[in-house]
Order: sequence, then structure tokens, then C-alpha cells
Amino acid sequence: MNMMTHGGSCGHSCCLRMQNLSVKIGNDVIVEDVNLHVHCGEMVALIGPNGAGKSTLVKAILGQLPYEGVISFSVPGQRNRKLKIGYVPQSPAFDAGDCVSVADLFACCMSKRPAFLGHTKAMREKITMCLERVRSEGLIDKRIGTLSGGELQRVLLALALEPLPNLLILDEPLSGVDVEGMETLMEMLDEIRQTYDLSILMITHDFTMLSRYADQVLLLDGRPVCQGTPFEVLNSEAFRRVFHRKGGSL
Amino acid sequence: MELWYKICHILPTEMLQWDFMCNALLAVLLMAPLFGLASTMVVTGRMSFFSDALGHSAFTGIAIGCICGIGNPTWVAVLFAVAFALLFSYVRSRSHQTADTLIGVFSSTAVALGIFIATLGGGSFTKYNRYLIGDILSVTPTEIGSLALVLLAVLVFWVFFSNRLTLSAVHPALASSRGFSPNVSQTLFTTAIAVIVTLAISWVGLLILNSLLVLPAAAARNVAKNLRQYHGFSVLFALISGIAGLVISYYLGTSAGAAISLVLAGIFVISFCLRKVRC
Repeated sequence: MNMMTHGGSCGHSCCLRMQNLSVKIGNDVIVEDVNLHVHCGEMVALIGPNGAGKSTLVKAILGQLPYEGVISFSVPGQRNRKLKIGYVPQSPAFDAGDCVSVADLFACCMSKRPAFLGHTKAMREKITMCLERVRSEGLIDKRIGTLSGGELQRVLLALALEPLPNLLILDEPLSGVDVEGMETLMEMLDEIRQTYDLSILMITHDFTMLSRYADQVLLLDGRPVCQGTPFEVLNSEAFRRVFHRKGGSL
Repeated sequence: MELWYKICHILPTEMLQWDFMCNALLAVLLMAPLFGLASTMVVTGRMSFFSDALGHSAFTGIAIGCICGIGNPTWVAVLFAVAFALLFSYVRSRSHQTADTLIGVFSSTAVALGIFIATLGGGSFTKYNRYLIGDILSVTPTEIGSLALVLLAVLVFWVFFSNRLTLSAVHPALASSRGFSPNVSQTLFTTAIAVIVTLAISWVGLLILNSLLVLPAAAARNVAKNLRQYHGFSVLFALISGIAGLVISYYLGTSAGAAISLVLAGIFVISFCLRKVRC
């Protein structure tokens, strides 16, 4: 098993560190013994079968679930600054009948002014600016229920990028997105990571993009079973065992 | 009220020469935005059956108020409906049952309890008929005052909470990731619905009350493209149907609540036919 534990100091500039992290819900241990460092500007992929504890781990990082162990954040060069996390939740398709436009969704998240009163010119300009980051400004007046999987992920990504975070966490951003959309989204994430110098932690079930975009992969199955570069993890015995694959890199 | 009566009497309609019709018109003008706004969130939050169940619980509250010998049982009904709404929210958050099953459990229990109490000791059910059909012509100036206060409270609530309520309804995970806990806003909203439903039950009637909480927004969804249009159309449809229903009921001698609901149903049909592929 290729198991690279990552506990203490690693000599890199780290954005997020987890040491001996365990999460329980009731008496059930959902995930345990996680040691992971997300370095600055790095893209880390979290993979594993259903029920492996990936989303639970992300909820612990977001502070939505209690945990045991240590999660520490730091902004390089700015010791006392709090790390800003942008989160793109796992998204079922919206109800096609909902009368909520993309602009309304942004206003509901970002503004105290009731969205049903309409949007001020300044707010509309701000929303346009946010959507421009993901090259989706044309979607501003579309109803959210009519967005395709790829468009929806880009809109949620634009929301997570305002205010600009240091760490971006995405929960299965590629589910419900067609192959072309996946390529576009991954290229966009890579570009955003470089442009805004942020780290990305992404849960994914799609392994085809890992080799090209991820710096580090953590394979979870209730506990970390393999951790390393995409090549190391995808060719490991642990990966084959967990996914019942017969071998070979994807 | 005197000023309102003067304005009504100036208008060249026979209907508004009667003070009770002026009261009814003012009540409708206040109820329309109330139901129009509440309707948007009931429909977006998929709470149509919940609001129906609240109407049933209000009826039980009225039966309890009557049996306790309270002159105006409305406020007992308000308390009962609020308690019902909070208990439902509590059970829902701690149960694995689906919402529609729990609503069925609560609604049928409330109705059974209401009928049981109303007929206790061989009592007649007839005196409760007005709560089933409703009579908006019986609305008093004091009740109109209460209605105005509730409208004001709901408007204030909407200004502060509508964004987070909408977000929680369309994408709960996104709402909680933005730090919006749905508990406070959802509890306040269900309480508001409980108060609105209970206040309106004696004017609109239990049997058709829910149509006012569903049809305005359901029709608006057929034609609106965003939240502003959704709210605007919903309030507009509630206003048009309220006034038209009152006029129809005056000239045909029918129940006003039923006429209002039928006009709303007509608007829904028209909006359904006019719906197009919206952007």
C-alpha cells in the first residue's frame, strides 16, 4: 500500500492542515485518522467509494460537524488573518419551475436588500463581475432551474469566489456535467487557482482528470488508504482493491 | 374607518353604499398582499399541504375556544395553530418520515380532535359551519385593524428574512454553507403562516383557505422570470381575484371566498395557457 502519512511539519507553506482527524456521528465513526496538508496553490483531490466519509470530512473542515484531532488554517505571510474558504456544495438540479434567476441567487447570498425588490445597479455590476470570473456573464438573467449541469457548477463556483477565498472546496463539481463541460470546468479551476493563488480541495468520482490537474490525491475509505501523487494513487494496490479494478492507470 | 367609508360612498357603485361591503373590500385589499406574499414562499418551499394542515389545526383551536366558553375563539385558534406548527417542525427535524406523511398524521389528528371536541356531549356541529365556508362580509373594523397589523409584521419579516428563506428553499446546502441557519427563519415563517391562516379562517373558510395560499404563486410561476416578477404577479393576482370575487359574490349572492378562489383558478388557467419557455 502506498501510504504517505502527513502529520507534522512538511516544510511547505500550508493552507490547511489536518492531524489525526476523526469525525463521529452518534456512535458511528464516519472517518478517522486523517492527516493531510493542503499546500498553498495546490489542487488536492479527495476520492473514495460512496460512504467513504469524503463529504463528512469536508463538513468538519467547514465547521459544520464536530471532530476530534486538529484542523488548522493559515494564510501564508499573514499570520493573524483568518483563512477564507469558498465552498461549492454538491448540487442536485434546481426545480425547473422556481422563479429564481441567477442574479436573484447571488443577491440572496450577498445582499441584505430583499431580492424580491429587484437589484440595484451596483449589485448587478458586482454580480456581472463575479460571473465574468467564470466566463458566464450571459447567464445573469437565466432562471436557475434552466441551467445545464456545467452552467450550474460555474454559477456556484462564481458564488464561492466572492469574496475571493484562500481555499476553495468543491463537493463533486463534475457530477451531472457532460464530458465537454468537465474539461471546461477543470481548465477554469486550474486557471482560477493560478490567477488568484488559491488552494483547491475537491471531492470527485471522476478519475480521468486527476493526472492532468491534481497535485495530490487522498483515497479515503473510512480512513485514508492511499495518499500521494495522482500516478501513485491511481496505480496503487489500495486503489484497485477499493474500486474493484483490475489494475492499470486511468 | 370613517374616511374609508366616505371614499367608498363617493364611488359610483351600489355595492359600496353598504358599510359591511366597504369593510369587506378593505379586508380584501389587506388580505391580498398578505396571501400573495405568503403564497410565494409556501409554493417555493413546497409547503402547500402544510398550510392546509394548519387550517385544520386552526379549526381545532376554534373548537377548543368555543368549548371553553371564550367569546372570540380566534386567538385560542392562533395559539393552537402556532403550537401545531412548532410541534410539526420539531417532529419533522427529528423524524425519518417524509414531510407529506407527517403532514397527513398531524392534519388528520387535528381534524379528528376538532370534530371530537365540537361534538363532545352530543353538541351540534352546525355552529361551526361558518368556519368551513367563511363569510368575509362579517369582518369588523377591529378585525381589519388586526389584519393591518399582521400585514405590517409580515412585510417587516419579508424584508429581513425573505433572502435566506428563498435560499434555504431552493438550495439548503448552499444556504447552510453561507451561514444561514434555516431554523429561525423557518420557525418564524411557519408561525406567520399559522397566524394568517387562523385569522382568515372565519372570513374565507377552512375548505377554500388553502387555495389563497397556493393559487396566486402557482399562477405567478407560470409567467414570472425572477423573484421580483414572482412576488409582483402573485400579489397582483391575489388583488385582482379578491376584488373580482367580492363583486361577483355581491351580484350573484354567493360565498365571497369561493368566488375569489374561482377567479384565482381562472387566472391560473390563463397563465398556464400563456406560459412560454421562459429564459
